[in-house]
Amino acid sequence: MDQSRIRNFSIIAHIDHGKSTLADRILELTNAVSKRDMREQVLDSMDLERERGITIKAQAVRVTWKGYELNLIDTPGHVDFTYEVSRSLQACEGAVLVVDAAQGTEAQTLANAYLAIENNLEIVPVVNKIDLPQADPDGAAREVAELIGDTPERVLRISAKTGQGVEELMDAVVDRIPPPGGDPDAPARALIFDSSYDQYRGVVAFVRVIDGVFRPRERLRAMAMGTRFEAQEIGFMSPAMRPVDALTAGEVGYVITGLKDVSELRVGDTLTTEARGAAEPLPGYKDVKPMVFAGLFPTDSDQYPELRDALERLKLNDAALFYEPETSQALGFGFRSGFLGLLHMEIVRERLEREFDLDLLVTAPNVAYRVLERNGEWREVHSPADMPDEFDEVEEPYVRASIIVPKEYVGQVMELNNDRRGKFDHMEYLSPERVHLTYELPLGEIVLDYYDQLKSRTRGYASFDYDYVGFRPGTLVRVDVLVAGEPVDALSLIIHREFAYDRGRALVERLKKEIPRQMFDVAIQAAIGARVIARETVKARRKDVLAKCYGGDITRKRKLLENQKKGKKRMKQVGAVEVPQEAFLAVLNIGDGKK
Amino acid sequence: MSGVRHLYVHLPFCAHRCGYCDFVTVVGRHGEHDAYVDALLLELGLEAPLLEGELETIFLGGGTPTFTEPGALERLLAALPAAREVTVEANPETVTRELAALLSRNRVNRVSLGAQSFNTALLDVLERRANGDDVRRAVYVLRDAGFDNINLDLVYGIPGQGTADLERDLADALTLEPEHLSCYELEAKPGTRFTHAHGAELERQADAMEDYFERVVDQLTAAGYRWYETANFCRAPDEADGRDLRAHHNLAYWTGREYLGLGIGAVSTVGGRRWRNAPRLPAYVAALREGIAPARTIETIDEGTRVREQVMLGLRLDQPLVLAGLEGALDDAALHRLTGLGLVRHDERTIALTRRGRFLGGGVTADLLT
Repeated sequence: MDQSRIRNFSIIAHIDHGKSTLADRILELTNAVSKRDMREQVLDSMDLERERGITIKAQAVRVTWKGYELNLIDTPGHVDFTYEVSRSLQACEGAVLVVDAAQGTEAQTLANAYLAIENNLEIVPVVNKIDLPQADPDGAAREVAELIGDTPERVLRISAKTGQGVEELMDAVVDRIPPPGGDPDAPARALIFDSSYDQYRGVVAFVRVIDGVFRPRERLRAMAMGTRFEAQEIGFMSPAMRPVDALTAGEVGYVITGLKDVSELRVGDTLTTEARGAAEPLPGYKDVKPMVFAGLFPTDSDQYPELRDALERLKLNDAALFYEPETSQALGFGFRSGFLGLLHMEIVRERLEREFDLDLLVTAPNVAYRVLERNGEWREVHSPADMPDEFDEVEEPYVRASIIVPKEYVGQVMELNNDRRGKFDHMEYLSPERVHLTYELPLGEIVLDYYDQLKSRTRGYASFDYDYVGFRPGTLVRVDVLVAGEPVDALSLIIHREFAYDRGRALVERLKKEIPRQMFDVAIQAAIGARVIARETVKARRKDVLAKCYGGDITRKRKLLENQKKGKKRMKQVGAVEVPQEAFLAVLNIGDGKK
Repeated sequence: MSGVRHLYVHLPFCAHRCGYCDFVTVVGRHGEHDAYVDALLLELGLEAPLLEGELETIFLGGGTPTFTEPGALERLLAALPAAREVTVEANPETVTRELAALLSRNRVNRVSLGAQSFNTALLDVLERRANGDDVRRAVYVLRDAGFDNINLDLVYGIPGQGTADLERDLADALTLEPEHLSCYELEAKPGTRFTHAHGAELERQADAMEDYFERVVDQLTAAGYRWYETANFCRAPDEADGRDLRAHHNLAYWTGREYLGLGIGAVSTVGGRRWRNAPRLPAYVAALREGIAPARTIETIDEGTRVREQVMLGLRLDQPLVLAGLEGALDDAALHRLTGLGLVRHDERTIALTRRGRFLGGGVTADLLT
């Protein structure tokens, strides 16, 4: 295809502003998918994939519009996948920015728009849902125009639901978005912007060809990872897979690699041919590192092998998922797992429970810390239990949080951010009613219950997004919990020194309620190193329930005892103390104990 | 097989069913007492091959055995084989000179009186018909008839019972100088009328009543009684002319002996099998009239179960349990931990609960068992 007749674009939007409805409408309008097949082919693709036992996602769909080849490239919808989003955007020359006519710009609208601007994309602004009675298309158009430095008149008004204005949008995509550049005669280079795993054909890479030509059966190389393989098939999605003889500069498509491990082919890497390969990879490749960590333990320890298998299978399709075996003296065998962010963690947990039918105990999440040890070496710590007792310095990850909120809740949000060690950065009015606040916050203050608190303090009106800004030194301490003198690894937390006392106090009070009385007094202590900062005691039971036992009905008595024994087995033994599983979630619920 | 040496006979009749009771009982039905005793004797005849040689103990439990029509009761007692210890349970209000004489001339040598309390208000809560004076009178009547082995059943943890009430009850009981005392915490069994009426109050008092068990043990041991089983006390031998006043029939249960039980709801354990007669009276009587055994549920007691039961029951006693043969039933790690906590003491041959361990008996035992 002549490069001048190709357009590569993404649709970017805040959640629920209508991105997928618009994508569906475009496929329908261009006859890529018949109306009848719409549902099963596109909307329910995940279920369909599962039914067929394949896992190809329609990550980039090629459609034809008035003689032009349009490639619609999907982007993950959340901050956790910012890096993936930025790679998808790098594969495009333009982006359709969708804003809900009733809601106006939201936190993800801003984040996505800034990403698109950073990637030098032509932005086609669109106000969607103009058919809704509460729609304010003019107000929304003014907000979005101001955001991207355009005029309100250039903002398109559509209803993806009814199809109103979608044809004009397609025309605008062709008119406003520039065709791809790139040199068809240069050594071949393609950007991998996504990948997935097919159980029969291995890893499938989704690519944007920047320079040169790619053909099937050629030997290829991923430049950053150094992975080599033969392209078994190349093609494009429409949305079914269509093999082709060549993908040339400017085109978007897939490469079937035959590789068996998604981690061998990372998003952001550059593909080139072994023969006459490119000298320089495309810029911008990063090794994405997980930022949020939690322990995953099967509720029933017999399910450990199933959990291991499930993680292995999820990992096939999710290169960002990290896990390593973890043994907790309290919770037994499990995995310390790393995630890109909270949403990613939630997705993984839900898939493990839903698709693999596992009962999981997920420990309170924590962030990655960088610790300068006494031997002068920096080490990354993924679990409070791994934090050394003595160290010279510690750094924690910070984010720039972007919060959009009706103006009457600004005070509430500021108070919350102050409580969470936030540093005020910027505030602006998006409209007379809505305010955009930016703060720098330690990620560790966000991972527990920040989002819930934000929502409850703003009656659900706040929208929130964040972006990593790097590691910064922190005055952090590890608070350990001791039950009857034994440290309980799964309950340790790393926290700012200033909050340690209150949190420690709240935690031991909470645990006192969760731990049943035992045959002896049980001290519950929170301690920083050797210094105890809070203490509670669960008083010993003084008697046992005495079942009468003077009849010959010994069986009944034995069964009572066996039941008692079973009850004990459901508890986790910490030293001599039986601790119910619920107690290990206590850390999650102590945020309330703080002002 | 050396014959079974312990016999239990269940007499289910009661004047009225007390709210907290969950035993197999039958109210009234005077016309059926004779027929029931006939059936008991038929069942005894059927099982006679199990009983070889002299019996050590017989226990008539209920119900209220002494509520049984005197003619029927006497016929039963006279037909039973001889035994060294023959116990009959009695409610205080049923104890008359005539009854005492009847028991005495039929070789009964131990009476267990269901006193429960001496406090009229608390006895009302329990729906007991007797009051404290009835208990005293019953004891004197039995003494007059020559009984020198009397047990008093007491209950503590009755809704409304304060510490002073408990101490008063114990003092009243001690004044009567019984050879034996059984003191049970009131159990509010789920689903009983009693729990429905008093459950909430018991819940409210739970903390205050937590140390009643300890108080009972303290007061009775201070008065010279031996705390020989979790809930049972007897006069120590040096205060009883060297007699061993423990309840030997119950000891047979606690030490894993074989026993035969007759009557509705009665349980037997013989030769690795445990069976329980069905609780319905008419069906029981009808079956035995036909010369066949009553309906029974049967359970096999395998070696593992037998050993676990022996630990469970043996640890209720004050004498150490001999370890030989019990190894598989005990969790070594738990044994070590509980010893460290001062709840269990053991040497190479034996194991026993410490004083504190005995207060927490069931929990400690559940831990110890594999």
